[in-house]
Amino acid sequence: MTKYIIRRIFYLILTLFIVASVTFFLMKFLPGTPYSNQAKLQPSQIAIMNQKYGLNKPLWDQYLIYMGNLLHGNLGTSFQFNNQPVTQLIAHDIGPSMQIGTQAMIVGSVLGILLGAVAAIKKNTWVDSGATFISILGISIPSFVLAVLLQYYFGYKLQWFPVALWQNFSSSILPTLALAAFPLANVARFMRTEMVDVLDSDYIELAKAKGDSERKTITHHALRNSLIPVITIVGPMAVSIMTGSLVVENIFSIPGIGNQFVQSILTNDYPTIMGLTIFYSFLLVVIILVVDILYGIIDPRIRLGNGGKE
Amino acid sequence: MAENLPPLEDQFQFASDDLSNLDTESESINTPSLTYFQDVKRRLIRNKVAMTSLILLVIIALVAIFAPILSPHDPNAQNVLYANLPPKWGSLNIPGLNGIHEAGGHMVNAYQAEHVPKGTYYIMGTDYLGRDLFSRILYGTRLSLFIAVVATAVDLLVGVPYGLISGWVGGAVDTFMQRIVEILSSIPNLIVVVLLLLILKPGITSIIIAIAFTGWITMSRLVRAQTFKLKESEYVLAARTLGESPFKIAMKHLIPNLSSTIIIQTMFTIPSAIFFEAFLSFIGIGIPAPNASLGTLLNDGQKAFHFLPYQMWVPAIVLSVIMITTNLLGDGLRDAFDPKSK
Repeated sequence: MTKYIIRRIFYLILTLFIVASVTFFLMKFLPGTPYSNQAKLQPSQIAIMNQKYGLNKPLWDQYLIYMGNLLHGNLGTSFQFNNQPVTQLIAHDIGPSMQIGTQAMIVGSVLGILLGAVAAIKKNTWVDSGATFISILGISIPSFVLAVLLQYYFGYKLQWFPVALWQNFSSSILPTLALAAFPLANVARFMRTEMVDVLDSDYIELAKAKGDSERKTITHHALRNSLIPVITIVGPMAVSIMTGSLVVENIFSIPGIGNQFVQSILTNDYPTIMGLTIFYSFLLVVIILVVDILYGIIDPRIRLGNGGKE
Repeated sequence: MAENLPPLEDQFQFASDDLSNLDTESESINTPSLTYFQDVKRRLIRNKVAMTSLILLVIIALVAIFAPILSPHDPNAQNVLYANLPPKWGSLNIPGLNGIHEAGGHMVNAYQAEHVPKGTYYIMGTDYLGRDLFSRILYGTRLSLFIAVVATAVDLLVGVPYGLISGWVGGAVDTFMQRIVEILSSIPNLIVVVLLLLILKPGITSIIIAIAFTGWITMSRLVRAQTFKLKESEYVLAARTLGESPFKIAMKHLIPNLSSTIIIQTMFTIPSAIFFEAFLSFIGIGIPAPNASLGTLLNDGQKAFHFLPYQMWVPAIVLSVIMITTNLLGDGLRDAFDPKSK
């Protein structure tokens, strides 16, 4: 297990290193300089600026400085917002994104687990078909289509929730629903398959033979055992929520990181793009690693790496 | 004792006098024996949901292929005079399709107000630049399906050979190839695309390159895993012993046996590629203006949905229908290829 974790962490660092290096060199090959957006500068002023930001050094030195800064958690300075550090931008914008993301994760998994479990218990009835239908819709309809439709119906037509902007809890409901649809559908699908298998197994038979009530069989044996594999799809869930947040935040004008990312792409704010790229990659690889390790700890049948010597 | 019994012939009697047609009725196999693929086809045809999806997809594909012939107007031709006209179907007088819509609190016949000539009408209305929405939808669908074809090609031309080589050769080559996959797949797809779009200009080429970079990974993994299993089978061993070249073995033995995996995975690559293009176009780094993509159309429609909801509905519905049908067909194919679901 330890060997496995060390190997995975090594790959994690390697991946982040590659992402950081590739972004750095890409940015250097891009046309334009940090001064293109500024007012006309004298060559002497540019020289001073280059001196100050270390842009007169050889590329290799700049790269080493950049990587060194990264290790200290310094992601550079944004072109767009009066030289604000990128880390400060992230710190400022992460709140709404975290809130929506977490809410979507919770709503998606809880409802997904319930839907999947009910579908499995009522297998081959109309409940099951209904659940299948919902999950097909959830998997197929892109989050941004759903967001636009939710905004139109519940925001504009029915006026139940705010159409956009970020003021209070009720403005987070529609974005949460738009983001939760895919995880919900995915979890429901997975949960149903797992639960159907579990309900067929010998230990459920045994629990029934012992005289356990149906409710106890399901909550104590079936649900618990079906839940374990569901953890594996938390990683893909996080990826889909992060991808979705780019558009969903944009649609609902939420001042979050996703929106910031899109804006920085559209305005060619290279340091912010770089910083957010690295930040996103970091978040994703860490989540996936944590999920994989958790899975190994929770499920006693799985022993990662070294054949399970304890 | 035994001598006292009558001879055997007297104890038994033939069920039928005519010995010639014995055993033919009950023992014969009446249904023709089906090959695996005939069986798959039969199961797929029996699946109503999958067949409906298939028919819908074929219709959408045909419409997309013949978009230049079918579209009544040039999708990029602007006519600011006729901007934001609601849908009108000839002289049909059905609310919503008669060119009359609500504007400023009361119903207005937009076609009369703008002095549109009598014979001119737009069955899905026009956008803010007076471009025909129906033609733009057709071209947008065409683009989505083109992306789907490209993604499939990448899956088949990169993913399948990569998996085959990795699985077949094994050893150090396999380890090396899998390390590459591991690193590529740990970089989020979105990040790869954003980085690519920064160096390349946004547009269809960049999207295709982005798909080429990451789209084949799942396929290669599945193919590799299957190849490992097939490599151990007797018929592959026989072919090797007989001196068949690896290329021929791959073509004659591996690919036919991998076909179900390949077809099913392709059916799941398609919706994700279509989603990807629409997503990028929606946030404005995909297909550049003035070309139509379902993503850009939806983005334009979303901005105007307070007054002109049809501009949002049409692309939303078309995109959703394409995504739902491809997913359902994928599910249907997976069930059809699974012998356990007989």
